Amino acid sequence: MKNRVFDKFSFLEFKGVAENYLFILPAVVIFSIFYIYPFFEILNLSMHEWNGISLARDFIGLGNFKEIMQDKVWWSSIGHAGYITLIALTFQNMLAFALALSCDRDIRMRKFYRIVFYLPPVLSEVVVGLIWQWILNSGMQSGKPIGLLNYFLTKVHLNHLVHNWLSDPDTALTCIAVVHSWKGFGWGFIILLAGLQTIDRQLYEAAHVDGAGVFSTFKNITVPMMVPVFVMVMILTILGSMQVFVLVLSMVGQGLVYHTEVPVTRILASMTGMSRFGYACAQGIVFGLILMIGSFMLNKISKKAKQE
Amino acid sequence: MSINRYKITKTISSIFVHTFLMAVAMTCLFPFIWMFRSALMTNQTIFVDKGLIPSTIHFQNFYLAWTKGGFGMYFINSVVYTVCVVFGIVLISSLAAYAFSRLKFPGSNFLFYMFLAAMMIPLPGSFVPLYVLMNKLHLVNTRIGYILCMINVGLSLSIYIMKTFFDKMPSALEDAARIDGCSKLGIWLHVALPLARPAIAVVVIFNTLNVWNEYILAMLLLNDKSLMPLQRGLMVFQGTHSVDYPLLMAGLTITVAPVVLVYLFMQKHIIKGLTAGAVG
Repeated sequence: MKNRVFDKFSFLEFKGVAENYLFILPAVVIFSIFYIYPFFEILNLSMHEWNGISLARDFIGLGNFKEIMQDKVWWSSIGHAGYITLIALTFQNMLAFALALSCDRDIRMRKFYRIVFYLPPVLSEVVVGLIWQWILNSGMQSGKPIGLLNYFLTKVHLNHLVHNWLSDPDTALTCIAVVHSWKGFGWGFIILLAGLQTIDRQLYEAAHVDGAGVFSTFKNITVPMMVPVFVMVMILTILGSMQVFVLVLSMVGQGLVYHTEVPVTRILASMTGMSRFGYACAQGIVFGLILMIGSFMLNKISKKAKQE
Repeated sequence: MSINRYKITKTISSIFVHTFLMAVAMTCLFPFIWMFRSALMTNQTIFVDKGLIPSTIHFQNFYLAWTKGGFGMYFINSVVYTVCVVFGIVLISSLAAYAFSRLKFPGSNFLFYMFLAAMMIPLPGSFVPLYVLMNKLHLVNTRIGYILCMINVGLSLSIYIMKTFFDKMPSALEDAARIDGCSKLGIWLHVALPLARPAIAVVVIFNTLNVWNEYILAMLLLNDKSLMPLQRGLMVFQGTHSVDYPLLMAGLTITVAPVVLVYLFMQKHIIKGLTAGAVG
């Protein structure tokens, strides 16, 4: 008799737990199919030579990875992404911090500024890229490059600067980096401003009473308090900028334009252009590892710096 | 005297600050103003007239872009994808987040950390095996394939946002409902979800922008023009040999306008979602 009651309880319990699993079932099913399966499939495909169509996949072990080591276009694409990231880290983040500092006080129209600065980040890279392409480079007319920027340069008598900004290898990548920073600074601004506003106002008041100047308050209170936010913004900037590519496609297009190739456009080219699915997967893995090691190291360094 | 001087320095510094902020604000707005004004021109005037306000205003481009340019079709596709994906994400993520926060079952921590890890680990080439999978399932060039992929894209962060909200929410009302004999699903639907409206708002807006702005999967999975969303349609239009710039700019305006409207009405939620995800 006792046993029976126990059985009944455990059955109810079992039913309850099973019911609980039903809540997460849809999420787990979708996640398994569209995230976990591709996660393992990318590892598997990276060790094959496969054109994406034929039934046979040739197992070649680490052959794709060996090839990547010698792929000059691939490493130069990482260099290009690094250059874009460097500009984003310096120009974009410094501008964002300067704006956040300017808005971190009783200032009129703060709401207006906040709305306007965050407008470029809410729009897509396709939209931003196409608008800037129109401004920088809208083709040729009677043998001369046109576009609003070039028109402006002729107006202020800087004729020697007039050229096709996005097809010139010397300026294309910088233009992409600047537009990328333009699109991103509003995001940094919002996060840095939120960080600044968590700093206790009493600290500033105490410093003011003690006779600290603006600069020493900034150096001794604002900056140390903001270090964790800086690190987070830096890591997210690196991850975002290294993986930029839609902007590249919408500003210069995809073709044999090696001077603006970034890692993701290379992966796309291996996949859709050359039909080498295994090689594309291997490139994805190498790039993912680079990103993880990079952000991990930055995190470590910042923690060490904090302890000292 | 000293107070006066203090006031003067304050005024001067605030003039400097406003000039700086205003200058940056103008660079943010100008490209969009330029886009709109270019959409009002004709192919004859667009390369000649450089004034900010066009000499002749030509609204017909919007009509032409909507019909001839195909942007009406792309717009409807974008709306369909956005509505379906956001609805799916809200349903699935709120169920899962509620379970992770309130219900007990073996492996719940492990599963939750699995979703978290998916947000942390960068997987730059994941679209390659995803495309292979979709091809195997015959879901390439179908609406449902794109919708399912996009639901997965937004799932992890949405579960995280909803779970942190449920964790902070007092469970007294749910307890009362349970004592009254309400089923678990009933509690989720009638008690938890209405209380979680602020978190749902963040999830809806975040994912709406994300789906509306998505390009890469739309590029890989959708080849039929009749299935393409706006972002993909814009790139197809731009890829034609002689770009009709006034129509392209009208198409861009059609793409941007809903985002700007949603943004202006919802910017509080958008910024809340952004800082909630980033600053603890």
